[in-house]
Amino acid sequence: MPETPETTSTSGASIRLENLTKLYPGNQAPAVDNVNMEIKAGETVILVGPSGCGKSTTLKMINRLIEPSSGRIRIGDEDVTDMDPVKLRRTIGYAIQASGLFPHMTVAQNIALVPKMLGWRATRVKNRVEEMLDLVGLDPAEFHGRYPRQLSGGQQQRVGVARALAADPPVLLMDEPFGAVDPITRDHLQDELIRLQHELHKTICFVTHDFDEAIKIGDRIAVLRERSHIAQFDTPEAILTNPSDDFVSGFVGAGAALKRLNLTRVRDVAVVDFPTASIDDPLESIFERLRSGPHNELLLLDHNRRPYKWLRRGDLARAKGSLARAGTLVADTVTRDATLRDALEAVLTDNAGRVAVTGRRGEYLGMVDMETLMNNVQELLEADRLEAIEQQHRLHEQRARQTQLAQEGLDDASGTEGGRGSRA
Amino acid sequence: MSFWEYVGTRHAQLLTDTYQHASAVFQCMVLATLLGVFIAVMTYRSEWAGNLATTSTATILTIPSLALIGLLIPIVGLGVPPTVIALTLYGLLPVVRNAIVGLRGVDPDLVDAANGIGMSRAARLFRVELPLAWPPILTGIRVATQMLMGIAAIAAFASGPGLGNEIFRGIASLGSANSLNQVLSGTLGIAVLALLFDAAYVLIGRLTISRGIRA
Repeated sequence: MPETPETTSTSGASIRLENLTKLYPGNQAPAVDNVNMEIKAGETVILVGPSGCGKSTTLKMINRLIEPSSGRIRIGDEDVTDMDPVKLRRTIGYAIQASGLFPHMTVAQNIALVPKMLGWRATRVKNRVEEMLDLVGLDPAEFHGRYPRQLSGGQQQRVGVARALAADPPVLLMDEPFGAVDPITRDHLQDELIRLQHELHKTICFVTHDFDEAIKIGDRIAVLRERSHIAQFDTPEAILTNPSDDFVSGFVGAGAALKRLNLTRVRDVAVVDFPTASIDDPLESIFERLRSGPHNELLLLDHNRRPYKWLRRGDLARAKGSLARAGTLVADTVTRDATLRDALEAVLTDNAGRVAVTGRRGEYLGMVDMETLMNNVQELLEADRLEAIEQQHRLHEQRARQTQLAQEGLDDASGTEGGRGSRA
Repeated sequence: MSFWEYVGTRHAQLLTDTYQHASAVFQCMVLATLLGVFIAVMTYRSEWAGNLATTSTATILTIPSLALIGLLIPIVGLGVPPTVIALTLYGLLPVVRNAIVGLRGVDPDLVDAANGIGMSRAARLFRVELPLAWPPILTGIRVATQMLMGIAAIAAFASGPGLGNEIFRGIASLGSANSLNQVLSGTLGIAVLALLFDAAYVLIGRLTISRGIRA
C-alpha cells in the first residue's frame, strides 16, 4: 500500500457550454436545444431530468462523443470544440453505467489504459494503478489481477471510477454510473464519491434520473426538461424549497421538506447540553445530582466518555449501591456527520425522543431532541426561502442588465470565471 | 499386400504428402483468416456491406470445388496456384461470417467506453473489439480448417500437393493391387490431420482467449 500519493492531483477546471445544440439529421426538432451552462472549477453539477430529455446527449457533447451541431464548449480557458476529440477525451475522465470495464482485461489493465495511452513510464503507471485502487477502497494486492466478471457490481463500478480518474483529469463526466447497482450498494458508492470529491476537487458533471441521488451528490443541480432546456439550475436547497415551476416541483416529488433533512448534517445544527456523569464518578455524587438537580435524568458515560446508560431518578431505587443494573443502555447514537434525517429517524425510534451525538471516537458531544430538530428545520427552510428569493432577484437583474447591454450592442463577457479551483 | 504393409513400404511418400497437405491447408488458412478478418473489419459497421460480404463468400462456397479448380487451371495454370486460390476462397466464408457476427456483437456500451476514455479507432479495434470478437472468429477458423482438409484433396486434380494425390492415384488404377490401399491411406491421413488440427485449435484458444471472457 502506498503511504502517500506521490503524484499530486490536479483539481478541477471550469466547463462552459455556449449555445450548445445537437440536431440529428432527418429530425425536425433538435435533441439538445441551445444549452448555456457554466460549471465552476471543482464543482459537482448534476444533470437530472426525465428519460429522453437529452441529458446524456448534453454530457456526451462535453467530451464530443457526440459532436455538437453548433455552439462552443470551453474547458478551463481552452475552447475544445475543434480540438482532436481523441486527445480531448484522454484529459476527461469518463465513467458510465454498468462500469464499462473491458471484460478481457484485468482490473489493473483496465485502470492503466489511459495513462499508457498518454505515454506514462511503466513504473509510474504501476504505482498509479495501486494508488487508484487504494483510493476507491479496493485492496490492490487482492484486486489487481482479477477480471471484471470476478467482481461484484459495486466493485466493478469502483474500478470504473478508478479508471476514469487514473490519468488525473481535471474534469470527470459520469453518465448514470450507479444506475445498475442495488440500492444499498448505490448508497455506498454515492458516499464514496462524495468522499473522493472532498479529497480531489475535480469538476464533475453527473447525469442521473434519480432526483434523490442528485440532491445527495450535487453542489448544484440542473433540472432539464425535453430538448435539454434548463428548467432550473441551482443548489439542491434552492430547488427543494423554491422550485421555479410546476415541472421542477413535479420532478422534486413529494416530501421536499424531508429531503431537505438529507442536506444538513448534525454538526450544522445546535446540539443541546444534557447533564452527564462519568462511570468513574463516585456513586454518591451521581445520586446526589439526580435527586437534587433540575433534571430527572442523567447520561452516564463510560471510561472513554462514550454514552453508556440513561439514568432516571426512578432507577435509583433499584441501584442499591451499584450501577450495574440501574438505567437503560444507550441503544442508538448519531455522529456529527449524520444527516438530520438520520437524526430524526433515531429520535423517532427512541422512546424518550432524544439521541446522543458523538464525535469521531464515539465520545459524547451533546444531544438532539425533537424540539431542536423542529426549530432547526424551520429555520433552515426559512433561510433557504429567503436566499432563493434573493437569488432570483439577482438573476433577474443580471438578465435585465445583459439584455440592456446586448441592445446597446456591447457583448459583455462578464462572468468568465475560468481558472483553477483551489486546492484543499 | 495388406494396408499396413503398404503404409510401411510407402511411408516416406506418405509423410511427404501428409506434410504438404497440412502445410497447404495451414498456409491457406492463414491467408483466409487475414483476408476474412480484414473484410469483416471493413464491412461490419454497415448493415449493407456486411451482408454483401457474407452473401458473396457464401456464393463462392456453393461452387463445386472440382469445378472451381477446373476453372482456375486455364487462368493460373497447374500446381500450387489454383490450390492456394481455391482453398483460400473456400476458407473465407466461416471466417468472414463469424468475424462480422463477433464484431457486431461487442456490447455498444464498451465501444462507448473505449471512445470515451480516448482510444483512437485503431486502438479500439485492436485492443477492444477484435479481442472480444476473437472467440467466434476462432470458431470460424476451426470450421473452415475442417472443410479445407477435405477440399485440399481435390487439389491433386490440378497436380496440387497433398494426400489427394494418393487418393487420385488409387482411383485411376482401380482394380490393381494397391488401389484400395492408396485411397484408404489418403483418406485416413486426412482424417488424422483434421483431428490434430482441431486439437491445436483447442490449445490456441486456451492460450489466446483472455481468461476474463473464456466460457
